[in-house]
Amino acid sequence: MPHWVEACDRDDVEPEDVIRFDHDGRTFAIYRAPDDRYYATEGLCTHEEAHLADGLVMDHIIECPKHNGRFDYRTGAAQGAPVCINLKTYPVKLEAGKVMIDLA
Amino acid sequence: MVIIGAGKAGARAPISLREHGWKGRITLIGEEPLAPYDRPPLSKAAMTAAEEPAPVFLLDDELLQALDVTFIANATATDIDRAEKEVVLADGRRIPYQKLLIATGARARRLALPGAERALMLRDFHESVALRAACAPGRSVAIIGGGFIGLELAASASQRGCKVTVIEAQPRILMRGVTEAVARRIAARHEAAGVVLLTGIGVERIEADAVVLSDGRRIPAEIVIAGIGAAPAVALAEASGLALDNGIACDVEMRTSDPDIYAAGDCCSFPHGLYGGRRLRLEAWRSAQDQAAVAAENMLGGHRQFTAVPWFWSDQYELNLQIAGLPSDGVSSCTRPMKDDAFIEFHLDGEGRLVGASGIGRGNAIARDIKLAEMLIAKGARPDQAALAHPDVALRGLLK
Repeated sequence: MPHWVEACDRDDVEPEDVIRFDHDGRTFAIYRAPDDRYYATEGLCTHEEAHLADGLVMDHIIECPKHNGRFDYRTGAAQGAPVCINLKTYPVKLEAGKVMIDLA
Repeated sequence: MVIIGAGKAGARAPISLREHGWKGRITLIGEEPLAPYDRPPLSKAAMTAAEEPAPVFLLDDELLQALDVTFIANATATDIDRAEKEVVLADGRRIPYQKLLIATGARARRLALPGAERALMLRDFHESVALRAACAPGRSVAIIGGGFIGLELAASASQRGCKVTVIEAQPRILMRGVTEAVARRIAARHEAAGVVLLTGIGVERIEADAVVLSDGRRIPAEIVIAGIGAAPAVALAEASGLALDNGIACDVEMRTSDPDIYAAGDCCSFPHGLYGGRRLRLEAWRSAQDQAAVAAENMLGGHRQFTAVPWFWSDQYELNLQIAGLPSDGVSSCTRPMKDDAFIEFHLDGEGRLVGASGIGRGNAIARDIKLAEMLIAKGARPDQAALAHPDVALRGLLK
């Protein structure tokens, strides 16, 4: 069963940027790619507990603010040392100008 | 392929060797009993942990096995037989190599004054465990040295409830590499935590219950910690006749004076491509891993140069300091004020080129803009100073 949750307005995220979204004691990162597609991953880096929303988005890569671990936020794939564990990703859809993510 | 030293650089090299297709044998030689672990937490998270901390492994047994690395713990390399291409260990074992990477790091400088043997130091995990136990709540702790190690330990000891005094011989803390404004912010935070900072004063001797300063003052201290910097660990390289120059002298491809031997990390110096080939030695976590990656690729026949912008961080209390580039190369600077009392100083050379950025703020407040500054530095950009100083001008826009 999908469990869609409203994360933010589509305009809350700049293109090629990321914001933090907290829900029900969990934290997520919501991305807007340069092509205006939206993505969502878990909010903390898998290497150390740092909020990815404080990191820099370059194209389809999010770089952790702490130690420069890099992930492709579309797939969650870790891009090499110091990170080797992939990020969990969540389905995203746009509905009436809202970014919705599926936490199921 | 043989790697001597199991710190950040030594732990990164096997990963890069495998990434670049090396299928043969890899031997990693470490002096400590533990598999390679991360050192930055030793002065911070490991010190303030509620329970006795465990090492944060860079390569645990599982990963060593997955990478097919032969890890030799508790082993000191005493010589390199360059004619036979063998590393000689203290117990007489000889380990043959095709290519060798020296990643022996740096060793803590020792105090040379009466009572110095009482001073605790921090370089490895076991010292961190001992320091954490020593810094029990209520204890008086004197820390000799107001550099990064000393100040991070001061923050941790203070957070553990110790009465902390930091003694720095220079006129202010963090004289090397940190701007006055950033150092002032850090000093104020320590003082707010009740840490006493004494600057511009030397230490005469250490007694059983106090540190005696050069002006005769006695600072009561149940625990004394020395954090007076580190020196490159070059004994092995020296014994083996490799060229030295503020560490093991490497070329732009991290190769030593022996074409089959490379070096990476705190132990070596190299001409930095980004700074007109100026010889630098960097003592920083990311540089160590990046240099090891470059060296590994070149050990397999590559010709990559290390050109990454120097970058490091320090965490004290809730504050995070980050420095990119070489701020001391700047002749002028401007400051960008940011939310929540954070700020970044940008340092420009005589031609208006951005050469460094120094920032401090709570949590990760400055991380993203320091990263963008690093990218501007790497590009050799000459950004408009007014734009740099204006908090509403996105740094990303200056990259275009």
